[in-house]
Amino acid sequence: MEEVKKATRESYGEALLDLGKENKNIVVLDADLSTATKTALFAKEFPNRFFDMGIAEANMMGVAAGLASCGKVPFASTFAVFAAGRSYDQIRCSIAYPKLNVKICATHAGVTVGEDGATHQMIEDISMMRTMPNMTVMSVCDDTETKWAVKEISKINGPVYLRLARLKTGIIYNSDMKFKIGKAIQIGEGTDATVFATGVTVEQALIAKRELKEKGIDIRVVDVHTIKPIDREMIIKCAKETEKLISIEDHNIIGGLGSAISEVLTEECPTKLIRLGICDTFGKSGKAEKLMEYFGITAKEIINKIQ
Amino acid sequence: MKLESVEELEKMAKVVRRGILEQVYKAQSGHPGGSLSIADIMTVLYFNELNLDEKNPNWENRDRLVLSKGHCCPALYSCLANRGFFDVNELESFRGIESKLQGHPDMRKVPGVDMSTGSLGQGLSCAVGMAIAGQMNKKDYRVYCVLGDGEIEEGQVWEAAMSANKYKLDNLCVIVDNNNLQIDGTIEEVMSSYPIDEKFKSFGFQIINIDGHNIEEIKSAFEVAKNVKDKPVCIIAKTIKGKGVSYMENKAEWHGKAPNEEQYKIAIEELK
Repeated sequence: MEEVKKATRESYGEALLDLGKENKNIVVLDADLSTATKTALFAKEFPNRFFDMGIAEANMMGVAAGLASCGKVPFASTFAVFAAGRSYDQIRCSIAYPKLNVKICATHAGVTVGEDGATHQMIEDISMMRTMPNMTVMSVCDDTETKWAVKEISKINGPVYLRLARLKTGIIYNSDMKFKIGKAIQIGEGTDATVFATGVTVEQALIAKRELKEKGIDIRVVDVHTIKPIDREMIIKCAKETEKLISIEDHNIIGGLGSAISEVLTEECPTKLIRLGICDTFGKSGKAEKLMEYFGITAKEIINKIQ
Repeated sequence: MKLESVEELEKMAKVVRRGILEQVYKAQSGHPGGSLSIADIMTVLYFNELNLDEKNPNWENRDRLVLSKGHCCPALYSCLANRGFFDVNELESFRGIESKLQGHPDMRKVPGVDMSTGSLGQGLSCAVGMAIAGQMNKKDYRVYCVLGDGEIEEGQVWEAAMSANKYKLDNLCVIVDNNNLQIDGTIEEVMSSYPIDEKFKSFGFQIINIDGHNIEEIKSAFEVAKNVKDKPVCIIAKTIKGKGVSYMENKAEWHGKAPNEEQYKIAIEELK
């Protein structure tokens, strides 16, 4: 892991700019947050393909649907709370039901938004988006993975929800890493435990892996970048090969990554899963790192559960 | 199939209305009142105004229509079937489990449907997206969006109206079906959207007020709309809910109710 830290929202902005150069059908919509979602980079380079829809997210989603129906590939961005929350029904009826080719790229997900507090900390989006038919749900963890995902989702025809973060985290993958939508990434071969993580918690899982190794405990980390479709094979494999299963997410433990894994385990190989996440409570203001400690979504918490 | 004369269009409007009644009667479910109030407008659109190719429903240069008040799809289906997008015999399958004619329009199932709608207030946003795409691609197609006067109580409609103004969408024509009734009563009683014309005007639209059952007026409104430059147009069509079926006219109770056999026979007789 390199020392450079970078938020996935920044990688998103850079990736979008590159994508805009390659594919002229890419259009970008934002709701008065382009400097925060980093779509401003695209806007500056391609002003005629960027639409600032103002503080009106519901309309933004509908306009994106209309653009998609005419062959454009719209990336609609705002904070996760306004994308999945405020525009839920617009995403449902105007995008997901007609399977329109809209990429909803939601930044500032989870409690790691930090100081803005509960109103802006979206901890229900994975849950809402994965129960929506036709929707692919992704949650990426570093610069390399984000850049791959942005490019990859532009190639598939259909609605995608891409979850991005504000918190700066380490770079995990080399630029030649190969990813595949729907295929989780296993890091390490340890059999003492599997930690399933997604987004900002992948870094925490890797820190725990390193620290546990020094204590002679060998775990593996599984980066679940695609929440839907979930990688059933990987979950079953890890349930069979490792002693303990833990999931960790910056999301409500109801309906998110842990729930998605539990559903597979229940059907395929009933196994105990320890779910770390926000325990069905709203977030609060504070520094992101302090909030992660407060809500128990840290390497330290993983270590406690394993030892 | 383009119909030019008022007489031909009036005759077709009756055919379209009979199709509406047939669907709702056969399904014993659906929304006859608002379908009948837009029947004349939809007839002029589908048989005179819209540039379409029924053999190639996804033709990229076609005019688009978003029926934002999606529950009134019996009018849309009746127009599409009679225009040749699918067999008129399919109308009787409306709302059935095997049918492509869903209770609210599904663009992935029905040839000629440009946008799936049903949750009120969303269609104008989609129409704005289509109109922006038309401008970007330098296409000369036009985009029409039919809204209900109760539907415009939804805030998203006004978000969409703001954006239509921002992007100077003179290829966008909104039609408000002003039949003055919604499920719980009159527009004034439930949640007044009046004055509709002044609202849209203040959002930057060119306003045209018409009698929504006068074919001549509907036709000429679309002609005027086409020549407006640099701003979207809103046609406010004064209509009668249930128009054409005596016992349904101006009755909110016929918003979402199917006629029984006797009522159906009376309606079909009146629409001959």
